[in-house]
Amino acid sequence: MTTKPEQLIVPAPSRSGSDRKSAGVKWRPKSSAFRSQPCDWDLIIRAKTGWFDLHLADLWRYRDLVMLFVRRDFVSQYKQTILGPLWFIIQPLLTTLTFTVIFGNIAQLSTDGLPKILFYLSGVTAWSYFADCLTKTSETFNANANIFGKVYFSRLAVPVSIVVSNLIRLGIQMGLFLGFYFYFLARGAAIHATQALWLLPLLILLMAALGLGTGIIVSSMTTRYRDLRFLVQFGVQLLMYSTPMILPLSKIPEHYRWIMVANPMTSIIETFRYAFLGTGTFSWLHVGYTAGATTILLGVGVLLFNHVEKTFMDTV
Amino acid sequence: MSSVVIQIDHLSKHYRLGVIGGKRLVDDVSRCWARLRGHDDPLSKVGGAVRSQWSENIASNATSTDRPAPNSEMLWALRDVCFEVNQGETLGIIGRNGAGKSTLLKILSRVTAPTSGEVRVKGRIASLLEVGTGFHPELTGRENIFLNGAILGMTKSEIRMKFDEIVAFSEVENFIDTPVKRYSSGMTVRLAFAVAAHLDPEILIVDEVLAVGDAAFQKKCLGKMGDVARGGRTVLFVSHNMAAVKTLCTKGVLLKDGAVWQIGDAAAVVGIYLQAGMVGEHECSWPDPASAPGNQSVRLLRACVRPPDSAPVITIDTGAIIQVDFHCAEPGLNLDCTIYLVNQEGILLFESGCDVSTSEDSKVGTYQLSSVLPPHFLNAGRYSLNVLFGQNQKFVLFKLDEVVAFEVENTATGRGHNMAVSPGIVRPLLNWQYRHFSDSRNGVNRPTTAIR
Repeated sequence: MTTKPEQLIVPAPSRSGSDRKSAGVKWRPKSSAFRSQPCDWDLIIRAKTGWFDLHLADLWRYRDLVMLFVRRDFVSQYKQTILGPLWFIIQPLLTTLTFTVIFGNIAQLSTDGLPKILFYLSGVTAWSYFADCLTKTSETFNANANIFGKVYFSRLAVPVSIVVSNLIRLGIQMGLFLGFYFYFLARGAAIHATQALWLLPLLILLMAALGLGTGIIVSSMTTRYRDLRFLVQFGVQLLMYSTPMILPLSKIPEHYRWIMVANPMTSIIETFRYAFLGTGTFSWLHVGYTAGATTILLGVGVLLFNHVEKTFMDTV
Repeated sequence: MSSVVIQIDHLSKHYRLGVIGGKRLVDDVSRCWARLRGHDDPLSKVGGAVRSQWSENIASNATSTDRPAPNSEMLWALRDVCFEVNQGETLGIIGRNGAGKSTLLKILSRVTAPTSGEVRVKGRIASLLEVGTGFHPELTGRENIFLNGAILGMTKSEIRMKFDEIVAFSEVENFIDTPVKRYSSGMTVRLAFAVAAHLDPEILIVDEVLAVGDAAFQKKCLGKMGDVARGGRTVLFVSHNMAAVKTLCTKGVLLKDGAVWQIGDAAAVVGIYLQAGMVGEHECSWPDPASAPGNQSVRLLRACVRPPDSAPVITIDTGAIIQVDFHCAEPGLNLDCTIYLVNQEGILLFESGCDVSTSEDSKVGTYQLSSVLPPHFLNAGRYSLNVLFGQNQKFVLFKLDEVVAFEVENTATGRGHNMAVSPGIVRPLLNWQYRHFSDSRNGVNRPTTAIR
């Protein structure tokens, strides 16, 4: 004989168990089931929180985690490679050599009168930092779905750690650049540092923020539209050709120039060259535009990211 | 006086079925366009699942039918769940698969957000939905302790303070500077649990992570959980292991179809679950032979696995009865029916069959087969049944996998007070005898024999 479950249930202090079954469903919209307590709750988990409820303090609380992620990325990336972190240097070096041979020597493209290697290396160094930040952070949600599905921590810790670990890489590549720089300086090339060198920290900050902002926008969108993942590679390449990495801004015909200027990375690369090499287009207007665009992109990115992180486990 | 540390207030969560993952830009654009013109969402089959209409949806859904309509695209993983947890309580959350336990834990651990309702929490929460989250195979054990600890919410200095304790607990001292990819799976789990066990949260949420590792390790884990609970911390524990819930928990919540079905003393709630929980669920039937699975020769009408009449639920001590009803539409076959019993890991335990007719003399009509799975045979766990109909012992007429699933509840029989599920696929109750040889040198050793 089987017994119906209802008959066996002893009345228990439940508010929504068996009584709900017999009396039909009483939906009580929103009225709290508990007497109001003069309680200060540490955490309230809600259906919807505002767009501007960002938990940025959480990111600070998880700063140790950010640093451990940085370490993890750094250590795991070059384990079981013979050259290890030397790859940080080899990659831009090979790219620069390719550019020098193909664009500089064969195609005879202008480098604003600068030594070709320095011209291309400065562009490659700045650009690869931005591009790496962008492509790596754009994978945040999809690549970490298994961790995000199990534990809560400030989700921003992941993209921020990527930007920071790429910063180490940038530092090493800057060392390479400076090596060539002093070599050419010693050989008496027509280069000289300018006052714009003081802007270097700002430039790095802008690159980091730009890469992070764009990356997390893409990352947030890919949880819904997987297609974007395929577009990122192509998009980054397209963006690259609209920076003065290969052609200096001054050599671009006047009525096409706005396309290049519209790319926020343009003024960063131009200013970077101008700061170290003394040649290039430097304009406060362009830098200001980049700073504005970066702020907007980063702001939108953080808002979107924050909005998506709460429910992306259901859609990813 | 105990104070409330978790307040769950009208918590609901629904999932939209079918469309998840199939979202494309086109859909979103057409949805936006429809909303702009003030039309219904063209893609929603439940009457406009636009965010602002959620609450109305809940109301209409809830009043018309208690359960969502079978073809509805909404799955209510949790409906209107309310309860409180006091400080120092060990709360066991039980319920069948799909009752909403995991969803509740996911919301509490902030992995996903609820659809409506609120949870208010006082104190630091740590959740263990899995051990070893974020372990990186290339990193050493030492590095992974720090990484995993930080993911679980510890700071670097906290981990450093407990580092030696963690390593001692995990018993992998000698390999602490070896990459984790060289560890055996047991070592990895031990290390991962060691980190988790040394979290010091005020509220600990534990999913069935205890189902990992060998018996000795399970025992250690359960012991550690008991320590945490006795230390005045609040523990929420989800498990299928009723013996463990009964022993560890002070309070129990039974979920059914996403709602709180019963709440109270753990032992009482477990009792209710065991008596009421499984009835009727191990059955799958197709009353209409025309639409039943099968073909023109044979159709499966019903399959069920139930406890014997004397028992309310299948446990290790009761065994179970398997029954298969089918309709044969073709006379003169050499018909046989075989069942396959598969456990949770997908391991085939055995097959067992019955020749319905051996000399091409099957009759048109309904057949009912039944058999008994003896007690003390299957270990605790979840099993599913595949059914196969064959002809002449050669041809497969028709096969259906996972026709019914059932659970065998754990009991402490033969295990003393150990409430962990014993390892192994079967769980026989063996009749042990022992003989004792004393060390005395004078004269012949005289064995003493005893029968337990």
